[in-house]
Order: sequence, then structure tokens, then C-alpha cells
Amino acid sequence: MSTTARIRKSLLGVLAVIFLVVSGKSFYDHRHLREPVVLGPGVTSVKTLGDYHASLRGTVNDINLYVLEGKEPGGTVLVFGGTHAEEPAGRLAAWLIVEHATLERGRLIVALSANRSASTVTRPGAAYPPDYTISTSWGGQTFRMGDRWSNPLDQWPDPEVYIHYPSGQYLAYVDIRNLNRAFPGRPDGTLTERTTFAFMELIRREKVDVAIDLHEAELQYPVINTIVTHQKGQEFATMVSMTLTDLEGFKIGTEFSPVNLHGLSHREIGDHSQAVSLLFEAPEPFLDATRGRTNADVLLRGKDEFVMRAGKHGLLFAPIDENGWPIALRVGRHTSSVAQTLETWSEDHPDRAVVARGIPRYADLVKHDVGYYLRDPGQASAGRVVYE
Amino acid sequence: MILAQSIITLAYYALTAGAAALLLYNFVRAKTWDREVLYLIVLVPFLLRLLRVK
Repeated sequence: MSTTARIRKSLLGVLAVIFLVVSGKSFYDHRHLREPVVLGPGVTSVKTLGDYHASLRGTVNDINLYVLEGKEPGGTVLVFGGTHAEEPAGRLAAWLIVEHATLERGRLIVALSANRSASTVTRPGAAYPPDYTISTSWGGQTFRMGDRWSNPLDQWPDPEVYIHYPSGQYLAYVDIRNLNRAFPGRPDGTLTERTTFAFMELIRREKVDVAIDLHEAELQYPVINTIVTHQKGQEFATMVSMTLTDLEGFKIGTEFSPVNLHGLSHREIGDHSQAVSLLFEAPEPFLDATRGRTNADVLLRGKDEFVMRAGKHGLLFAPIDENGWPIALRVGRHTSSVAQTLETWSEDHPDRAVVARGIPRYADLVKHDVGYYLRDPGQASAGRVVYE
Repeated sequence: MILAQSIITLAYYALTAGAAALLLYNFVRAKTWDREVLYLIVLVPFLLRLLRVK
């Protein structure tokens, strides 16, 4: 090999190492971004999902569970965001509940990153931003942007066809890593199945009365701006949606969970536990296939000219105008829906009431935006900050 | 199924390491700069996966 070739190869090798380090650092930083959570006055303890299924301990999905317990006994409600980590309104709504809610009666258990593994990767080829920042008076808080499926680094390979357990239903191969296709899970299954199994164990052992799964959907998807409910909660969910539509200033419908569609939380939690299972859907134009540039601005402002054009042609299942669907509206829909669910449940079941105060509602979020309600970890008392 | 998944994953990492070694070998043997650049660009994602970064 000539001297020229040696020098050229050495220079190219150095360039490749620089490229490797820069790109690797970006991926590493995304996967390991620590998101501070300031424990609000209502948080009485923090458990982890591994407490309900030991095989999860120490894994990426040994997630935090925030317990808010009232002084008076009552029922138990589970709220979980981050089932699909590319749907930030669900995580942020749960975040605000943990940082602000206090319980007078009963107990609230909240998960912010139901599938934490999915929050450590973005969709290959979709040009998602690795993170997004919510502006606050103290600077801003950065959150991981995630994907719909568990990270392939944590669970791989996918089968040709995903056969759901225990129904035996055939589902798309990639959905073996979809938390909302893996309920009720199994103790010796994949990471995603063990995660849903742990959630089921939590629901059974803690005698959860109502389980609420927070989501967002593209506007081209028909299940949107709605509460999806197991048949056990049909009247209850309908009452919640009617009350919200009457009192909160936004429309929300009710849909019934299809009996033969398996793996989803609204079906399997209701089938395999005593709990009433609900799933809330808010609109997220960022997810629409017809969107244009894919960045954090579209994610947070919920505004995209191509999605708006699709709306003008009547191709969407939810309205959209030049104001888009800002994150404050989407988070507010979820927080109000959770608060109203607690209120309606407590009216219907006084012996299992869950009475909460301090949850910011839709009108509060519209007025102040999300950042107003994120607490500054720098001002928190010692021991009152944990990380997601 | 989980055992099979673990075996396949290990085999996959072994294949990835093998492919990375072949790419490196081809890079050293390449005679022109465009082939060298090509091998290096292809090599990077293999190394990132081996390092469990991406």
C-alpha cells in the first residue's frame, strides 16, 4: 500500500470515527435523557412496576408509579400516560396530575411512562425530533420524544406474525412491541408482555376500580376525541363524556371497545380484572401521514398546512382550523377528562370514591399553557424530585 | 419463544460483528477513495448497533 493510500485511509478513518461519535452521542443522549418530576403535595409514595412483577426489576420498563393517597379511605384509580411514547399529551397530562393533585379520599396511582422503552427511540425513517421542550417561567423542560413501539434494543426480533396471548388473535408483526396490543401480558413473555402483565398485577392487587389509558391519535383515524370504554363502563363513560361536553367547552364522544379486538387496554383490563377500563383519545396532527415537515414545532403547536388542507377536503375525523391543536388543548382535554371521571365515579360509588383537588383543567391549560404548570426542580424540596 | 428470541438476538449480534469485520477488511483493501468512503458509511450503523447505541 502506498504512503498516499495510507494517509487517505487514516484521514477517512478519523472522519468516520468523528461521524460515529457525533451520531452515537445524539442517540445515547436521547436514550438517557433524564426528565425531572417534582413530586406534588399529594404524592405519598413512589413505587415501581417491578414491585408487581420481579422480572421487570432493573429493566428499562421498571417504571415509576406515583401514589397519591387521601386521608379518608375510598377507591383506587390508575392513570397511565406514555403507553405510546409518541403521544406526548398523555404523558404531560399525567405529569401535571402528579405535580399538582392532592387526594381527599381514595387513592390515585399514576404512571408517566407506561412503556419507557418506547420513549427511548423514535420511529426509523420518520424524521421525528429526539426531544421537545416546553417553555416555562424558569427556562423550560425537555422531554424525550418516543415511538409507538418498544425499542428494538430492548426487545428483538419481531416474529413474522404476532400471535396475541391469550386470545391467539393474529396481529401485525411489529405490534409485538406495542404496549397497547400486549395486554393482559404474561409473566414469562417478551419485555412488552411482562410490562402489561405487571400492570395487570398492579390492577388486581391494588384493587383498582378504574384504569385510564391516555392517548393521542391522528386526525385521519376515526377513533379520536373520544373515550373508548369496556362494556362494564358504558353508562359511566357516556355520563363522563356528556358532562365534559356540557361543562368544559370541548366535545368528546364515547366508543365501545370491540369485544373481538384483543390486546388493547380498554378490552383486556376490563376482561381480566375487576377494573373498568377507559382509554382517552386526543387529536395529534403530528401523527397524520399527510403532514409536512416533522419537527417539535408541529408536535407542540399541532398545526400543519397539509393536514389542514386534508380537513378542508373532508378527509379527517376531527376538525382542524388555522389554530391547529396546540399541546395545551390536548393536555387540557386529558386532565379535565380524568378529573371528571373521578367526580362521576365518586358520585356513582360513594363507598369507593376518589376525590382529588388541584388538577389543572382544560380552561386552565388554555389560559396558561402547559409550561405554567410544570414545577421547577431547582426549587423543589430535598427528596421531592425523581427522574423518568 | 423467549429462548428462541435470545438465541436469534445473539446470532444477530454475531452476524453484525462479522459484517462489520468484512466491511473493515474491504475498507483496508479498497483501492479508490469512493469505495473507502462507501465502506465506512455502511460500517457506522453496524458499529452503533454492536455498541447498543442504536
